[in-house]
This record gives sequence, structure tokens and C-alpha cells, in this order.
Amino acid sequence: MTNEDNAKLLEELLNKQQAGELRPKDRFAVPAQAMPEQDATARRRNVSEVAQGYTEMQARLEAMRCLQCKTAPCVKGCPVQIRIRNFITAIAEGDYQKSLSIIKENSLLPAVCGRVCPQEVQCQETCTVGLKFKDVSQAVSIGRLERFVADLEKNGGAAPTVAPATGKKVAIIGSGPGGIVAAADTRRAGHDVTVFEAFHKPGGVMVYGIPEFRLPKAIVQEEIDTLEQMGVQIVTNFIVGRTRTIDQLMNEDGFDAVYIGVGAGLPSFMGIAGESLVGVYSANEYLTRANLMKAYDFGSGADTPIAASKRVAVVGGGNVAMDAARTAVRLGAEKVYLIYRRTEKEMPARVEEVHHAKEEGIEFHLLQSPKRILGDEDDRVKAIECLRFELGEPDDSGRRRPVAIEGSEFEIDVDTVIISIGNHANPLMRQTTPELDFNKWGNIVVDDNCKTSMEGVYAGGDIVLGAATVIPARGQGRIAPAGINDYLADK
Amino acid sequence: MSHKIVRKRQLGENVFWAQVEAPLIAQARKPGQFIILSIDNDYSERIPLTIAGADPAQGVIELIWQRVGKTTAELANMNEGDAIANVSGPLGMPTHIENFGTVVCVGGGIGGAPLLPIATALKEVGNKVLTILGFRSKDLLILEEEFAAISDELIVTTDDGSYGRKALVTEPLKEICQRDPKPDKAFVIGPTIMMKFCCETTRPFEVPTEVSLNTIMIDGTGMCGGCRVEVGGRPKFVCVDGPEFDGHEVNFDLMMKRMTAYKHQETTAYDDYRKHECRIGLDE
Repeated sequence: MTNEDNAKLLEELLNKQQAGELRPKDRFAVPAQAMPEQDATARRRNVSEVAQGYTEMQARLEAMRCLQCKTAPCVKGCPVQIRIRNFITAIAEGDYQKSLSIIKENSLLPAVCGRVCPQEVQCQETCTVGLKFKDVSQAVSIGRLERFVADLEKNGGAAPTVAPATGKKVAIIGSGPGGIVAAADTRRAGHDVTVFEAFHKPGGVMVYGIPEFRLPKAIVQEEIDTLEQMGVQIVTNFIVGRTRTIDQLMNEDGFDAVYIGVGAGLPSFMGIAGESLVGVYSANEYLTRANLMKAYDFGSGADTPIAASKRVAVVGGGNVAMDAARTAVRLGAEKVYLIYRRTEKEMPARVEEVHHAKEEGIEFHLLQSPKRILGDEDDRVKAIECLRFELGEPDDSGRRRPVAIEGSEFEIDVDTVIISIGNHANPLMRQTTPELDFNKWGNIVVDDNCKTSMEGVYAGGDIVLGAATVIPARGQGRIAPAGINDYLADK
Repeated sequence: MSHKIVRKRQLGENVFWAQVEAPLIAQARKPGQFIILSIDNDYSERIPLTIAGADPAQGVIELIWQRVGKTTAELANMNEGDAIANVSGPLGMPTHIENFGTVVCVGGGIGGAPLLPIATALKEVGNKVLTILGFRSKDLLILEEEFAAISDELIVTTDDGSYGRKALVTEPLKEICQRDPKPDKAFVIGPTIMMKFCCETTRPFEVPTEVSLNTIMIDGTGMCGGCRVEVGGRPKFVCVDGPEFDGHEVNFDLMMKRMTAYKHQETTAYDDYRKHECRIGLDE
């Protein structure tokens, strides 16, 4: 449809609405709005954002698709309980400022979450429109609408107001999504808040892990700037546990409460032969070199190198695997294979990321898994040997268990292997904080309010949950500061 | 917070020493730990350097480094009063210090720098400390006096015989292992190849040997896994599991290969930087 057609359709819908004649069938008739995207061939050679955001007309039409269900099933799927239908109504009405302020009641990072949250398994999964079409991709694009209003405000947003000073000090460990939200929520309550970041730049996984083409760094920086405008202090190059322990922060440096949001860490490897060969990376390392350290500019400014790969195998089926594979393409790889031991249906990655990866020419090797990695005489990767699998009975996770087919070994010639099969809990906190209780996997044990076994210390995100996505981290990022605020109010 | 270089000296043709402002690290650091620094924020690489010493009262740490590539050369070109953008630490597990009895400490080249605080701490808790320091030649000699002050016995070797005994460190190490009683423990820090051969020397004598590994790192906090080495056949992360390991279990051959992963790029970067240095020279 042309822009004029769209404008006409919108006008008709609005007129009907005004007349009280807008029926659900009119809303169902509005086509789901496709996200404008950078051309797949062009974007293989740049790091600019792939999804370019709705136009105003698209956003308003998409908003008109929302049925305004009284039961709001979408909100039940939202970890931070955004008043979704209200913000969508405001978009339909063209009142974007109001829309954004509704979102901001519950979410501080709409520009980030609109982009990287897995809405198809959260708010959009339960959307009535999607259910009606028996297709979650037909649900109202809540995430894209959230992004639309968030992007309009770029640089112009006022920092949230801060309550009068309480005289209490809060330390936030980690400046990833969970830490940012916890810092904002405790600062809003009037506490003196300091965020400690181990890296030289704040933002956590949003700056070292998620690539520019999916989440521009400038957006993350705006969120950090907002925190600073609110009076939050951000200290980089500070490794809590090593530079100062939690005990020192609380008993010598005057902090009354602590939030631990240090993220996952410690990348998992498969335990197969050849994983220490030159050219085998964890996805964390590969992405950190490419993103945070800007290795794509090696030779024209950046000091940090990265393999000049021609043929790359990425092992895993999650969002991080897609990020690594798509980064390899942009760094000039001619062939990128994604090796996953189940089928596409079981892939934990977002459908959108899988789709983008395929469009960019990544070759999917499903129902296959590496048996070993082979090296040349210099111990550099030369091939990966895989086994074929078939799906058997469902396992504990409800997904059908992949079973190796005996004798099905075959080799793929590659020069680089990127392992992206998840993370173990980072041992740093455990090594340095004997006062905390950990479970057998090394994750911090917390109660329903995210409170740990240590007085005044709360924790959330991947160090508690195991590796997850941005939004569950943020869910706990809200529960924990609420717990901290209550704790400090009583103290 | 930036980190000012308070004092700086050149110890040898390619070896430099500096005191750098880092008050919290100076307070927290223990023998065996290291820092990661980057010179500037945006494009600089992060490199691990061991902490050679610290003065908590003055809030400074001591670094000793060898000019081997672009970043170490850039650092060597900085002057007193200049500031390093990022210094984070202390990282890694501190050395386990106890009274083992007799310990032999072996330092190769600038490996002596991280070895000194360890040997000092071992001496302080009552060990008999035998030190072997090895250098390629006399002009690379460092820290002889400092080690003499804390060692019960000090042997200096040079490859070319220009100072001390003309030998590789493994020679006196073997002799010490042959003594009766043999040493109770060995600590070895130096180039990977030297650590490997020291471990081969102590192995038949069953002298437990700690080595301190200095692999390629990025974050240094256990996130990226770039620093992994095979120890006892299993992957270990130098930054959080180490940097010290049982040297008899370390797969040194693989580690040396991994250390060369970016050799080509590193050489290119260093060559470009040196060309740039020359141009600066011409302008002046």
C-alpha cells in the first residue's frame, strides 16, 4: 500500500471510531505493518541498524489493530507490566508524548526493549489478534510500537524526577540492563546511587554483546546519560569483589544497600577435542572484540584484532549465536554456517533474528552437532567434524531430545569456530564474597524480593537466573530495587 | 578516573618501570595478582600486566613491562605526569602463601617483576628462599638487588655469559632439585617456553611447581574466555581460575600456539606504530 492509501485507511478507521462504529472486524482487516529494513545484501557490509523503525503512518495503523481487550492479556506477558493498550491507544490518537509517559511509568529503557525484548514469547504471545489469526507474527507489534515512540524522543527526554535525598547510599554492581533499571528506581526514591562497572565503558551486554546492527550504542549511551542527569554516579574499571569487596562497600564506604547485577559470564564450551585451537572463540569473546573493542576497525584505528575469517562455523541456536554469525558476515566471512543440534522450531533465538540471519546468507546446519574441531600443523582450525542427529522423545525442557546418528560423521572446512552454547555463572562473586549463598550451579540464591542471604544485599538478572534476555533481567531489575527501597525505608 | 604516571624509568633497552596512581588497587592487591590497562577509551586494546609492587600509603602501584608491541611501545613513550585512561584490578587469584619450607623461585626476564612480591611474601612467612634469575644478557638484568635482599641464595644466569653464570635457568634449577633435601616448592614466572622447561626439570623430582600464566585477555573477569588454557586436560580461565597453576598439568605447547593467534596483526600494528613514531620524529 502506498502512503496515501495508508493515510486514507487510517482516516476511515478514525472516522468510524469517532462515530462509535469501529468493529473488531475493521481492526482485523488492517494489515500487520512490516518493519522497514535495510536491504539484506547491503547490510552484509555495514554495521548500521537492520530494522529501521515504523513511519508515523505505520505506527498509527498498527496501533489501530489493537482490540483494546478489557482483560489485557498482553500485560500479563510483560515482565514489567507496562499498560500496553493505553500506550497503544495514545499512538492511535497521535499523542506520542502521552504514549511514552505511559510506558515510562514502568520501563526506563523503551528504546532498548522495543528492539531487543523477545516480544513474541512475552506480550505478543498472548495478544488476542495473534490468537485470532493463529499466528503470533500477526499479533499487534507491541515492541515496534514501543520503539516508535521511544525513538521520537531521542535526546529530548527529560530525566525522571528524583525524590528528596534520603541520605542512604546504594551500590549497583554492573551497568547492564538490570543495573540501569535498579539504579534508576533506587535513585528515584531519593537515594544516593553509585553504579560500578568492571569494563571501561558502561552498558554491560548492551555494549559488549549485542551488536550495533541490532542495538545502536548511541541508544545505550542515552540511557546512561539519563542516569547521570538523575544524579547517579557511574564508576568504571571497578571490579566489586576485587577492587573493593561488598563487605568493604557496606562497612567501610558507607553503602546501606547493594544490588548485584553482574550478568552471566564464564562461557560454556562443549568439552570436545580441539576447543583450544587457535581460531576457536566463545561467542562472548568474538562479540566483545567486535563490539566493545571495535575490532572491525583494526588497522584503521582500533588496536584489538579479530580473526580475518573466511569460513566460520557458529555452534548454537540462540540470539547470541545469531549475533555472532551475523557479525562474522559483516567482518567479511565468505561462508558462515550455523550448526544447531535440534531443528529450527526448538531454536531459542527470536524468529526475527533467525529470519535476518538467513536473509544475510547464513547457512543453517540443523540436527547436527560438532564432534571435534580439527587443526592444522600450527594448531589453527582447519575443519569441524559434525555428527547428524534425529529428534527422539521430549526431554525435561519439553523439547524433543536430539539423538546422534551413529556413523554419520562428516567434516566442514572452516578456519574459525564460535561456540555459543550459553554461560556458566561467573565465579568472581563466589570467590570474593563468602557471605553470599550460591546454588550448586554458582548462581546467587535469592528470595521472591531478590534479597540474598547477606543483609541489605539484593541480586537479579543472569547471575541469579542463568543466562537470559534483557527483559527478565529487567523484571528482577524492578523487583530488587523495590525491595531495596522498602528495606531502606524501614532501616 | 585516570591514572597518572608518577615516576617512570627505563630499565633496559626494552624494559620499563613505572609507578602509576591507582589507590584502590594499591590497597587491595596481593602477590600474584595483575591489572588490565588500556591507554585510551575508544580504540585502545586492553592488556594484562602483573603488579610488581605497590605503596598503599602513596596510592601507587608498580608496573614493569617489556616493549613488544604497539600498546607496550605506546606506554613506553608516555612520560611522568601523563595519564593512562583505564587501569582495572587487582585481578586473578592471589598466590597461596604459606611456609612450605624451602622454595625455589625462578624468574626469567621481566618475569622477575611479578615474582618479586611473591618471593617477598614467601620470605616473610618463614620460607627459605632460593632465587634463580635468568636473562638473555647483562643489559637485560633487572631487580638483582631487590631479590638479593630477600633471598637466602641468589643465582643469576645469562644466556650469553655476559653476567653471572652462563647457563639457562634450568641448569641451576636442576642442581637445586638434586640437593638433599630437595626444595618443597617451586615458583616459576617467565616466558612460556622457559616455564615449560622448568616444569620438565622439576617434574622428575616431584617438586610441586607453580607457574603464572600471562595469556591474551580482554575483560579479565571471566566473561570472554579468551585466556583459556588446558590444565590437566580441561579448559581453565587464566583470569579467574589463575593466573597461577600447577605447572606439571599445564599444556604449554597449546598455550604457546594460542599466544601467537594474532601474531600477524600484532606485528602489523606495531610496524605501523613505529612508522608513525618516525614521522613524529621528523616533524620535530
